[in-house]
Amino acid sequence: MSEMLSATFITVFIATVIAQAMPLMLAAVGETIGEQAGILNLGIEGVMLIGAYTGFVVTLMTGSFWIGMLAGAIGGVVANAAMLVLNVWLGLNQIVIGLAITLIGEGITSVLYLQNYTSSPASLGAQPRMPIPGLSEIPVIGPALFRQSGIFWLMIVLILVLAFALARTSWGLSTRSAGQKPSSLDAAGGSVMRTRSTAVILSGVLVGLGGAYLALLTTATFSPHLTNGLGFIAIVITMLSRGRILIVMLTSLVYGLAVAMGPALQVIGFTVPADIIKMLPFIIVIVMLIVFARSSVVPPALGAPYTRGAR
Amino acid sequence: MTTTATSDVISLRGITKAFPGVVANDDVSLDIVPGQVHCLLGENGAGKSTLISILAGMQQPDSGTVSIGGTVVDISSPKVAVDNGIGVVHQHSTLVPAFTVLENLMLGDGGVLLDEKRATRRLEELAGLLGVEIDPHALASDLGLGQQQQVEIAKAMWKGSRLLVLDEPTSMLTPQAIEHLAESIARVKAEGLAVVLITHKLREAYAMGDCVTILRAGRNVGHISTEELATYSEQQAQDAILAAMFGEDIVAVGDEATELAGATEASRETAAIDFASRPVRLELRGASSRGAGRDVDVEDVSLTLREGEILGIAGIDGHGQNALSELVAGQRPASTGTLVFDGDDITRSGVRGRQRLGIRYVTDDRLHEGTVGSMSVAVNLVIKRIGEQPFWRSGRIQPKAVDAEAKRLIDEYGIRTPSPATRAGTLSGGNIQKILLARELTNGARLVVVNKPTYGLDLKTVHLVREILTDFAAQGGSVLLLSTDLDELIELSHRIQVISRGRLVGSVVNDGPGTAEKVGQYMTGAIEGTD
Repeated sequence: MSEMLSATFITVFIATVIAQAMPLMLAAVGETIGEQAGILNLGIEGVMLIGAYTGFVVTLMTGSFWIGMLAGAIGGVVANAAMLVLNVWLGLNQIVIGLAITLIGEGITSVLYLQNYTSSPASLGAQPRMPIPGLSEIPVIGPALFRQSGIFWLMIVLILVLAFALARTSWGLSTRSAGQKPSSLDAAGGSVMRTRSTAVILSGVLVGLGGAYLALLTTATFSPHLTNGLGFIAIVITMLSRGRILIVMLTSLVYGLAVAMGPALQVIGFTVPADIIKMLPFIIVIVMLIVFARSSVVPPALGAPYTRGAR
Repeated sequence: MTTTATSDVISLRGITKAFPGVVANDDVSLDIVPGQVHCLLGENGAGKSTLISILAGMQQPDSGTVSIGGTVVDISSPKVAVDNGIGVVHQHSTLVPAFTVLENLMLGDGGVLLDEKRATRRLEELAGLLGVEIDPHALASDLGLGQQQQVEIAKAMWKGSRLLVLDEPTSMLTPQAIEHLAESIARVKAEGLAVVLITHKLREAYAMGDCVTILRAGRNVGHISTEELATYSEQQAQDAILAAMFGEDIVAVGDEATELAGATEASRETAAIDFASRPVRLELRGASSRGAGRDVDVEDVSLTLREGEILGIAGIDGHGQNALSELVAGQRPASTGTLVFDGDDITRSGVRGRQRLGIRYVTDDRLHEGTVGSMSVAVNLVIKRIGEQPFWRSGRIQPKAVDAEAKRLIDEYGIRTPSPATRAGTLSGGNIQKILLARELTNGARLVVVNKPTYGLDLKTVHLVREILTDFAAQGGSVLLLSTDLDELIELSHRIQVISRGRLVGSVVNDGPGTAEKVGQYMTGAIEGTD
C-alpha cells in the first residue's frame, strides 16, 4: 500500500481535487453574486449545462479551449436572460422561473447532444498547459498546482477580483444592498433594477464558465446531465458561505476533496462499493448542511421582486 | 462635498395624487423657506407621507409642480431628489441593518472604489454640525434608535442638502432623545437649510416649528405663518391647529382630540386603587424564552400582574417585546423559570390550553399573524377556536353558528365591514384591529397581552381601542400592554416596567407627573449608554 502513496499518486490526487472543485467554485461564486443582489437562481443547474454544451461544441469546432470558455460564458448569460427578463424586469416568481431554466437546460442540451454526437462520441483531448517556470519544478505539488491550464489561472484571478469588488467597491456595496434592503438603495439614488440586472448577467457569466470548465477541463467531453446535481450543490454552498467568496472557495475545495477521495480509496485498496464512492460527495454536502445549516443566513430581500413604494 | 445652503425657496404648487379609492393629496400648495422649520401636521392618512414621497421622488404627482428657486424640477426618481439636495429621513428606517454606519452612508456614492477616508471625514463634519457622536464602524443593527436616527439624518445630508425632511422623527424616541433631536434640528436650521418636520403632536410643532401647515383628507386646510406663530401663545396655536385638523368634528371629538393629538403632556388620573390586596392573575418567575430566529429573547423576567391591573411594558421596538408576549401566550416555550396563572403553573401548557384558561394575545402583526386576509371576517373571528363547538361539529364547519357569532361581535365592537363574508384583508387597519380585539376579548378572557395596539391607526380608532382596554380592566380583566408609545403607556397603565435587550430594567408606578421622565431615564440609561 505504501508504494501507492507515491509522489505521482499525490500529484494526481491534488490535481483531481482542483479539477473537481473549479466548476463548483465558479458556479457558486456566480450564485453568490446573484443571491447577494437578492436573486435566488434555482436554474443554475440548467445554466451550467447550457454553458457546458456551448463550450463543448465551440471547442470542437474551433479547437480552442479559450474560445470554448468564452462561448460557455455567453451561453450562461443567454440562459440567465430568462431570469433577467421574467423576474428582475417583470417581477415573476423566482422559484418557478429557476426550475423552468433547470428543466429547459437539461432538456435542450440532452436533445442536441443525442441528435448530433451519439454516433461518434467526441472527446476534446488534452487541455493546453501553462507551466509556471520554477514553481512547476517543485516535486509533488509543482506538477499538481503549477502545471495547470492558463484558463485555471484566469478563473482564479477572476474570482479573487470579484471577492475584492464585492467587499470594497461601490458596485459591491450597491449589489449587497439590493439583497439586504432594496428600498435603501433606491432611496440613496441607486437603481435596484440596474444593480440586479448587472448581477444576473455576471452570475450567468460565472455559472456558464463553471459549466464550460466542467466540460472542457474536468471531463474533456460532454454527456447529457453532465452536471449531475452540481448546480444544486452550488446553491447549498452559496447559502452556507453567507456571501463570503473566500468561504465559497474553501467549501468547493472540500467538495473536490470528497470527489477525489473515491478513486483514491480504490487505488489504495479499500474495497468500498462503487455506489458508496459515488455517494460520498453528496454525503459530505449533507453533513456540511446539517452541521452549518443553522448559521446559514440568506439576504433578507432574497427572492422578493422590488417595486418602489410598496411596503 | 460641503454643506451647501442656498436661499432658494422650494415651492409646491397644486400637488394632486390619487391612489385607487383614495385621493391622498388634493391640490396641495406650500412654500418651504431656507432657515426655517416647516411643520406638517395631520392625522394618519391625511396625506403627509404621500407628499413627502413626492418630494423624495418615490412617487410622481398626478398633477402639480415642485420648483426650486423658481425653476420647475421634475423629481422623477430618488436620484433626482438627492441631486437637488433634498434629503429625507423616512419614518421607517432605510438603514441596512447588516451594514456598518460607514457602508450605509457610502451607499449611492459615485466612484469605483469605496473611499472610506473621505467618508469618515464627511461623517465627522456632519456629526459636528449635528452635535452628535457616531461610531463609523458600528453595525447599524447594534445602534439604539436615537443613534440610528442620527445616522439617517447624516445620510440625508450626505451630499450637501438644501432641504432636510423628517417624517415623524419623534414617534419612537425617549423624551431625552427628542431633546437631542430638537438641538440637532436647531443646528441644521442655523446652517441655513430648510427643514420640514412631520408630526402629529401639537406640542412638538409648537416647540420646534417656525411655521405650520395642516393637512386633512389630503388637502391643505390651514397655514400658520412664521409671523403669526411668533405672536401666538401655545394655547392660541393649539386652538388654531385643532380647528383646522378636525374641522366640524372638533365638537364631537372635543377634549379627547387635544389629548390624542399630543397637545398636552399625557397624564392619567390615578384613582386610588390598592392593587396589593387584589389577587395575582399572572406571575412570571425568572422566565427566559428560547430562540425563535434572530429577534431578542427575554431573559430572567419576573413580573406580577394583578386582577384589574394594566401593566405597561415600555421599550424601544425590538427589545424583546415579541418574545415576552409570545412567552405569556404560549407561542414560545420557556427555557427556564415558571409562569403562574391564577395560582396554577402553566409553564408547560400550550397555546390552546392557555386560551381556555382565558389568556389572550393581540399581536402587533395584525395583517400576517393576526388575520388571514384572504378569509372572511366571520372565519377570522372564530379562527382561534377551530374545531370547537358550536362552530365545528364532527370536524365540519357550521356556517350558521359562525355567522351568528360574527354578527354579534361585529355589532358589539363596531367593526365596519360590508358583511361577515367580506375578506378580512380588504378592511382598514383600524377595523382589522377591532377584529383581533373582538376575537381575543370574547368568551371568557381574563388576561390579554396586547402588543403595540394602536400603532398606525387613525385617532378615532386609537381612542376606541384604548377605551376597550380600559373597560376590560375596569371589569376585572388584566392587561399586559406592550407599547413603544410612551404617551399611550402613561395614559393607560397603572404601572410601567421598562424592557431593554430582553430584560426588565426598571419599574415605575404611574402616579402623576414625572412618569415619562422616569421611564425615559430607564430607557436611556439602558439603551443609549452614555449618549
